Amino acid sequence: MANVTLRNVRKTYPGGFEAIKGVNVDVGDGQFCVLVGPSGCGKSTLLRMVAGLETVTGGEIDIGGRIVNQIEPADRDIAMVFQNYALYPHMSVFNNMAYGLRNRGMKEAEVKSRVDEAARVLELTSMLERKPRQLSGGQRQRVAMGRAIVRQPKVFLFDEPLSNLDAKLRIAMRVEIRKLQRRLNTTSIYVTHDQLEAMTLADVLVVMNGGQVEQVGNPLAIYEKPATTFVASFIGAPPMNLMSIRADEIKSQLGSTNAGILGIRPEDFVITDQTPAGGVTLPLTVEAIERVGAETFVYGTRAQDEQRIAANPGELPPGEVIVRIPGSEAPPIGEKIRVAATRQKLHLFSGDGRTRIEA
Amino acid sequence: MVEEEGFRRYVAHIILWIGIAIVAFPVYIAFVASTQDNALIANGQMSLLPGGHFFEVYYQTIFVGTSGSTREPVGNMMLNSLVMALLIAVGKIAISIISAYAIVYFRFPFRMPIFWIIFITLMLPVEVRIYPTYKIVADLHMLDSYAGLSLPLIASATATLLFRQFFMTVPDELLEASRIDGAGPLRFFWDTLLPLSRTNMAALFVILFILGWNQYLWPLLITTRDDMQTIQVGIRKMITTTDALTEWPIVMATAVLAMLPPVFVVVVMQKLFVRGLVETEK
Repeated sequence: MANVTLRNVRKTYPGGFEAIKGVNVDVGDGQFCVLVGPSGCGKSTLLRMVAGLETVTGGEIDIGGRIVNQIEPADRDIAMVFQNYALYPHMSVFNNMAYGLRNRGMKEAEVKSRVDEAARVLELTSMLERKPRQLSGGQRQRVAMGRAIVRQPKVFLFDEPLSNLDAKLRIAMRVEIRKLQRRLNTTSIYVTHDQLEAMTLADVLVVMNGGQVEQVGNPLAIYEKPATTFVASFIGAPPMNLMSIRADEIKSQLGSTNAGILGIRPEDFVITDQTPAGGVTLPLTVEAIERVGAETFVYGTRAQDEQRIAANPGELPPGEVIVRIPGSEAPPIGEKIRVAATRQKLHLFSGDGRTRIEA
Repeated sequence: MVEEEGFRRYVAHIILWIGIAIVAFPVYIAFVASTQDNALIANGQMSLLPGGHFFEVYYQTIFVGTSGSTREPVGNMMLNSLVMALLIAVGKIAISIISAYAIVYFRFPFRMPIFWIIFITLMLPVEVRIYPTYKIVADLHMLDSYAGLSLPLIASATATLLFRQFFMTVPDELLEASRIDGAGPLRFFWDTLLPLSRTNMAALFVILFILGWNQYLWPLLITTRDDMQTIQVGIRKMITTTDALTEWPIVMATAVLAMLPPVFVVVVMQKLFVRGLVETEK
């Protein structure tokens, strides 16, 4: 049981590339912290620094009240689950889980009882004598988890552990990891690029971009109040519609004079002709429809002559707006519609997208 | 593999049989000659069927040797060759796997220069550096000894490169998992890397054993005592006789005997050997 605190952590590679540019994160005891971000944002590097597999250039990493910057991975009291599982191919499942315990000089009887217990929890009991290559992907994943939990470490570290699994298994394992972590109540740090995984697993969500933390907080709070346009477009699928606000009268209509970018989530639109008080209406031409059963995505472009809000060269192609409506009823392609969002559903950001503006 | 039908399949088989005949016939002749009477062979009247002197000839070959040229039982020569080949094969594997481990997994000053120096020695086989090597071995008083026979041949750039290539395909995560599991460098080497290299080592052993067994020039140079002769050198000496008939049955029996250990090694290790060459799963 331990807190993990990162204080102004930096990583500069010998070539001069700055992978981590000063990160401050505080993960409370027993919390599940998820680092999420696009590839190359430094999230895996940060995790490997906590594990001790990468050196720390600056700042402090504190695990359970002890600065671990100079401590070997084996002595940090952490366990890690790797993306490709990193099981020892020549050892049986039992030995894979027992290896770390035996290296620490644990008595064989204790090793056996711990491994048996982990195998029981993870439903691996019948496979203890098999080699990793005789297991399916999901089973290997569970052995990797087992190797972590037998150690009873202070902290679990997960490096994209589900990305080698197929979609269905990924969802099942996601739930299992969450249940297991709740039961063991062990502080965990989990790296993923999948925002859905991040949203569903995290107590504390850390959104990273370009070696920096964009926002830290409760996943739903981040979803409802993204701090930057990057977070707004990264969290939530399909992404938030972002439009730069051009005309001054729009700014005054929205009650904010320094806002430069307007964001509206696809699900916050309603197809209607009426403009809600303080809200906005967009005229759209329907370009494409995606029906997924319970909901439908409408891809529209704003008509040129009516364009009062210019396009933002972000996630969406210029002028394109995604609208998410419940059910499978949708307007036909080519039809001109109007969509509206109320004032409370609007997100306003400064012109550079770095700051959120509360009206 | 494509299953061929009818005619084409027979053609393939015929070609294979011709190939086998070309390879096997001389071996067969050697065996036949080793069971004949020497006078018969000397007269050019050797039959194509085995003669009746099998036990007699092989007994004399293994335990007595030729009456003139070598003065040494072939059994002893085989022992010398076996010791030399084993020392070379095992020594090469041990040294090269350790140096490859150092080069791949450790960061130390002049790591790459050292690697390149090892690499360059590929261009310097024994034949090229034979004089200095001989001088060193002679100065160290290792002539006519197993150490002298094997040590100069033990360092192997090829095997080092092979293990280096193999180690580089081992995922880094295995090393990292070992570090987190509390295994130091020696434990990682012993518990993880060596077991993973098992098939590679076996494949290499087969190749290196045969290489060592077939050494000719080096043993010829540094062994002067009859009881240190290797079998390859012995065969050559048996053929060249000055004032007597070459004892062909014994020469042929020696040749047949010389073939047996490599064949034995290949047959025993074939499975591992093939796996070592084709295996990709880590």
